[in-house]
Amino acid sequence: MIKDQSFLDDKASYCIDSAKKNGATDVQVSVGNSVSETVNFRNKKLDESERSDTIILNLTTFINKRKSTISSSNIENNNLDILINRCVETAKNSPEDECNTLPDQELLAKKISELNLYDKNHISNEKKINFLTEVEENVFMDDKIENSESSFSENKSIFTLANSKGFLSGYKSSSFSASCVAVAKFNGSMERDYEFTNQRFLEDITKADKIGKAASNNAIKKLNSKKISSEKIPVVFDKRISRGILSVLSSAINGSSIARNTSFLKGAIDTEIFNKNINIIDKPNILKGLASRPFDSEGVKSSEIKIVENGILKNYLLDTYYGKKLNLKSNGRAGGTTNLFFQNGSISFNDLIKVHPKLLYVTETIGHGSNIVTGDYSVGASGFIIENGEFIYPVSEITIAGNFKDIFKNLTLADDLEYKYATNSPTTLIEGMTVAGK
Amino acid sequence: MTDFFIKSDISRNDAEKVVSETLKNCDDGELYLENSKTENIVLDDSKIKNSSYNSDIGYGLRAVTGEVIAYSHSNEISKNSLKNSSENLKSTLKSKKGAYNHSISKSNTKYYEDKNPIEEKSFSSKIKILEEIDKYTRSKNSNVKQVTANFLGEHKSVEIIRAGGEILTDIRPLVRFNVSVVLEKNGKKETGVYGVGGRQSYEDYLKNENWKKVCDEAFRIASVNLESKPAPAGEMKVVLGPGWPAILIHEAIGHGLEGDFNRKKTSAFHNLMNQRVASDGVTIVDDGTLQNRRGSLTIDDEGTPTEKTVLIENGILKNFMQDRLNARLMKTKSTGNGRRESYKHIVLPRMRNTMMLNGTHTQEEMIKSVDKGIFAVSFGGGQVDITSGKFVFNCTEAYEIINGKIGSPIKGATLIGDGPSALKEVSMVGNDMMLDPGIGTCGKAGQGVPVGVAQPSILINKMTVGGTQI
Repeated sequence: MIKDQSFLDDKASYCIDSAKKNGATDVQVSVGNSVSETVNFRNKKLDESERSDTIILNLTTFINKRKSTISSSNIENNNLDILINRCVETAKNSPEDECNTLPDQELLAKKISELNLYDKNHISNEKKINFLTEVEENVFMDDKIENSESSFSENKSIFTLANSKGFLSGYKSSSFSASCVAVAKFNGSMERDYEFTNQRFLEDITKADKIGKAASNNAIKKLNSKKISSEKIPVVFDKRISRGILSVLSSAINGSSIARNTSFLKGAIDTEIFNKNINIIDKPNILKGLASRPFDSEGVKSSEIKIVENGILKNYLLDTYYGKKLNLKSNGRAGGTTNLFFQNGSISFNDLIKVHPKLLYVTETIGHGSNIVTGDYSVGASGFIIENGEFIYPVSEITIAGNFKDIFKNLTLADDLEYKYATNSPTTLIEGMTVAGK
Repeated sequence: MTDFFIKSDISRNDAEKVVSETLKNCDDGELYLENSKTENIVLDDSKIKNSSYNSDIGYGLRAVTGEVIAYSHSNEISKNSLKNSSENLKSTLKSKKGAYNHSISKSNTKYYEDKNPIEEKSFSSKIKILEEIDKYTRSKNSNVKQVTANFLGEHKSVEIIRAGGEILTDIRPLVRFNVSVVLEKNGKKETGVYGVGGRQSYEDYLKNENWKKVCDEAFRIASVNLESKPAPAGEMKVVLGPGWPAILIHEAIGHGLEGDFNRKKTSAFHNLMNQRVASDGVTIVDDGTLQNRRGSLTIDDEGTPTEKTVLIENGILKNFMQDRLNARLMKTKSTGNGRRESYKHIVLPRMRNTMMLNGTHTQEEMIKSVDKGIFAVSFGGGQVDITSGKFVFNCTEAYEIINGKIGSPIKGATLIGDGPSALKEVSMVGNDMMLDPGIGTCGKAGQGVPVGVAQPSILINKMTVGGTQI
């Protein structure tokens, strides 16, 4: 079982008192406990069980504008005393930085709304095994499936965040996730693909048979792929991939990248960086949302913000430190974005893949080819060739490349947005990228 | 050495009893205890952006029978917590019956000293060097817009208690020092990153102003990239420089030779033992025994002493890398490749220092032989899809080769290739083998572990370069 809120609250208060006694002028502390139980299957048999019980305490002490941080998984008071002392001593020896400060009092979250992030239901390992048995029976219905790995994981977490300005709040959250990776083999070709589900509440997860069938179909579709020749061809990103565009955007408009002058979007605020019809929202208050939260990792209230409105960049993502650096206020994005998404476009998936007579539909990319400093993008890819709206054959061992400044301006969004991840996008058509193959 | 039981309500003796009792009907397993301290000091934007110190303690109790692994870990080394873990393991394995294998090989050789790099140098002196680094790097040129430098030090104590009370211990120091520079000229921005590290004191990297070489190198790479033009796209010849570009070996071949993927037959190499998988003259080893190297280990995380394992000899596949579980199921012995990121993670077969050994050619010969291609000197990172064998890596310093001569630098492009065939396309192996500077971290199944790589210059006949210029 996870710890009680009161146990964590007491620990946090103890740390604040102790740090102040050691000479800290301000203190922020978070204490969290997370228990997860996972069962893994391989080829219809139990393969692994794992139980994880972790505690982590993070403490930042300030001596005026000097700052230092410690973290520990041993939260016995006698051990914390040693670490708190070390933290304060380190802060004393650190240089001053005028931006080092706790958040402004008026920005801290006051009323914590209920976001429905915790499901108290527990699923026993035996029930997890039943679920996975059904997943795997469905994967192996096609004899091209050679191998499979499935997993079911339940996680319950609790934490408390407190600071010396009187903020003290925390909450419980849960997640239930299941996944299946299938390996298909035919005519000397071997391919792998997957399906997964991740929800706050057990009742909301995708059914076992659907997961198995989807993983199986996805892997089989990729078999006997071809390598195509190098060309400039319009590219469609499957929803799995298109959401990555938003991850790049959020790195590039992070306060740290902007203040440090290491972003290709430095100075782009209030300018048109996307087509006029593109809107991007970051919404922390979706009930049961995978990335919903009432406040950020500094206790600042997180409210819904329009990041891009009619193609125009409206907001950077700011915490207290980089807010001060840029003479702006934190907008509650310490720790990153919340539920981030492109608003739906106006064209259906079926029409989108008919916009051009020939398209490359990308279902997987590999490599870390996004350069936030220059906006350059180059990754390995695989997917399918679409002709006149029909999937013709799978392709692999190719690369796709371009620059995000151009990619942003050449997007067409379908109307098929769903909330499967923390960051979500509809299927997206991108014109003008270079595909390298033979 | 940490005494994990000194402040616990359970004695070492009683813990040993819990281990023996939990594992009595299992094939293998152990109680793994770990106490690690990590210090990270980051200078950024001419300020000390962050100084953090992490103290992490915990255990992982593992039971293995047949192919099934049961694992339970916690931060609380207590009677109650161990009892919960033991029961959790037993409930998973209740229908299985195994016979515990007590045999584990022994060695007295150590590959690094018992040092604590964090405490060897005062906090203030580390800050002072970081400030000097910032000043020195910024003074090189007015184009320098950003300098980030950090010291990362770690000290990890590990104790492994096996059924029957056998105990194995190791103390592992690890440091890393990194510098990243951003230059801006005529509105164009580029980054250069360089770092060094290993299982020894900071002093070995910082003495005699050695740190200046790291700053110089980061600055040099960024300067080269400022002059870069768009990369070509398509299939062409590729010359790889010595040292760090060996992450190609790590991605293209290394992962595919890890025991688990071969036991499960998900690797493209699983049925190729004793067959040709690379050109003649290509020999690849995985070596955990290099003194003070980042990927070296005195014992692996199951307690097996590490060794130098020959994976490919003159192009022929000779061995996979094994932990105890996969070795047992494949009827061979552990090669000392059983590793885990921490007590929070299960053991997997992982690489240590993966190296391609010297051949007979010179880099000059290779460049001369290429009409149109690229010369890749450094990479950012790589990734592989084990099943399809496709791998990629991103160039951070590369040049075009035209008519046997090195031409302009080109923008960071992705190279993509096919693991099983890539090493058959190696047509020249150089005589200039170099170890990487000690910065690699390998990710697998969500676990990161420090690794090393090495290779001489090599010529690959064809790879796809993911530029924008057709």
